[in-house]
Amino acid sequence: MSYKFLNHTADVKFKVESSTIEELFSLAVDALNETIRGDIKILEQGEKNFEVKGKDLEELLYNFLEEFLFLLDAEDFLASRIKSLEIKDDNLKCVVVGDKAENYKFTNDVKAVTYNGMFVREKDGTFVCEVVLDV
Amino acid sequence: MYKEMLRKISETEYELPKVGKMNVPGRLFLSEELLKDVEENSLKQVANVAMLPGILKCSIGLSDMHLGYGFPIGGVAAFDVETGIISPGGVGYDINCSVRLLKTNLKIGDLKGREREIAHSLFRAVPSGVGRGGKLSLNNKELGEVLIKGAQWAVEKGYGGKEDCLHIEENGKMKNANPSSVSQRAKSRGMPQLGSLGAGNHFLDILTVDEIFDEGVAKVFGLKKGQVVIMIHCGSRGLGHQVASDYIKLMEEEYGYPDFDRELVNAPIKSELGQKYLSAMACAANFAFANKQLITHWIRENMKHYFPNFKAEVVYDICHNIAKFEKHVIDGKEKEVLVMRKGATRSFGPGREEISEDYRGVGQPVLIPGSMGTASYVLCGTKKAEEISFGSTAHGAGRVKSRTQAHKDMTFDEAKKDMEQRGVFVEFGGKKGLVEESPFSYKNIEEVVRVSHEAGIGKRVAKLKPVLVVIG
Repeated sequence: MSYKFLNHTADVKFKVESSTIEELFSLAVDALNETIRGDIKILEQGEKNFEVKGKDLEELLYNFLEEFLFLLDAEDFLASRIKSLEIKDDNLKCVVVGDKAENYKFTNDVKAVTYNGMFVREKDGTFVCEVVLDV
Repeated sequence: MYKEMLRKISETEYELPKVGKMNVPGRLFLSEELLKDVEENSLKQVANVAMLPGILKCSIGLSDMHLGYGFPIGGVAAFDVETGIISPGGVGYDINCSVRLLKTNLKIGDLKGREREIAHSLFRAVPSGVGRGGKLSLNNKELGEVLIKGAQWAVEKGYGGKEDCLHIEENGKMKNANPSSVSQRAKSRGMPQLGSLGAGNHFLDILTVDEIFDEGVAKVFGLKKGQVVIMIHCGSRGLGHQVASDYIKLMEEEYGYPDFDRELVNAPIKSELGQKYLSAMACAANFAFANKQLITHWIRENMKHYFPNFKAEVVYDICHNIAKFEKHVIDGKEKEVLVMRKGATRSFGPGREEISEDYRGVGQPVLIPGSMGTASYVLCGTKKAEEISFGSTAHGAGRVKSRTQAHKDMTFDEAKKDMEQRGVFVEFGGKKGLVEESPFSYKNIEEVVRVSHEAGIGKRVAKLKPVLVVIG
């Protein structure tokens, strides 16, 4: 349903709430992307497929978000939208559309996703997570 | 509650008494003014570090301390080599995030009227921004050489001269750097980024020497009033970040994490994994050294368009986020220990063999960049620092305000106007950075430096005033 940024002196912290785990993860990517590129709109020129694993939801979310940092640094790919996302047990499959990062001007370098206070929980049908990004 | 427990030792020092599971007390280099802004949680981090096995003497918080990952930023601790641990949280994600100072043959008057033009051209000459590649295209084998040789690799390839390396910690090449300890994922992130500044709080500043506090030492460092100097602040980019992430995971799998703080995941120094991390860390540190050497070269080339006789010599290049084996006196006896400095600068006094020969008589240069638009400082290491802070002092102004809060308090236009009023030309990659890095988000650098000076762990040598700033 939504994500919001919380106060953190040195880093960036955000909280996401959603009714499904897929949407929760997808919104977490939106929060990560907003941190990186602000409100710049990214065109849908290319597509990337990837899979990550994690032994619990925290690790799965960590590895999922980290993949976007990898795509940005190693392949100069900036995500625009999650096209499909499938989470089954310890496995996550994602198709994401976006564009070459070199076509845009933006400045916030997210160094890493961290386990700092990270949690993914479900209560009464609502999924909640919090993440701190090292910037 | 930690703040209430603090015991004031002097106007610049506090002790956090040893309680609960702490193995040693905490020692904080703070004034009353600085203490006001210190978060309770960063004091808790000082206490958590004190609980780690093998920690020696005390867990240190420096005058710029604030909340970090695992260790506080501005946190230092030394560990017994036999019984101690190494923690990626004691080094940080941006391994060898560091600062280099160049002294030029220009005077402040030479820049007059050309500031904007020069800022603009430097911005183009030095690649910056997020994810952006440098100007090089390396394969895995070449990157491996960078990771082994650091700045010396860049010099071999014609980027600068051998003399540059004499004024870098470790001569720009950390030993025991084995590229096989760095994952392919980390290498892939680093490969396109060598020779780029990065973004966020990384910058390139042109400053002038505004005030000299110690003529004798300034002379040894080659600094004169009115001289133009250049400061480069950057680190190991995605490669270092990935090394940190990789080893946090590996250590957690192998050893679990301390029940008092997941972020302080660690491995024994003597363990295979501990040794492998130290080797990967050395590789990342070398990447950062090479990075600054390349950037230095491009600055030299670029400035020659404006000043054909332009010269820029390296004053010093220091590490902010690093772990090093060093000799320190413990219980009256000298022994080798592992010192982790997280957002902290080595501050060795005169005579240490680690310091370049020509500076050895006075002590190591300590470079403390201010926030964007405020003064930066050159200090000099001391014997007292070796006695009380494992030869360490502060590394910068230290954040006090979150980025979210910065945007609430200030618009881009206000931040820009503030820079204009300070007389600083800024060339920036995006509007967000200018607001988030505004001096209002940081501690007062003058106070951070005063406390270091008064506590005797880093003596003032010169104050540098910014003229133009290039931020990624």
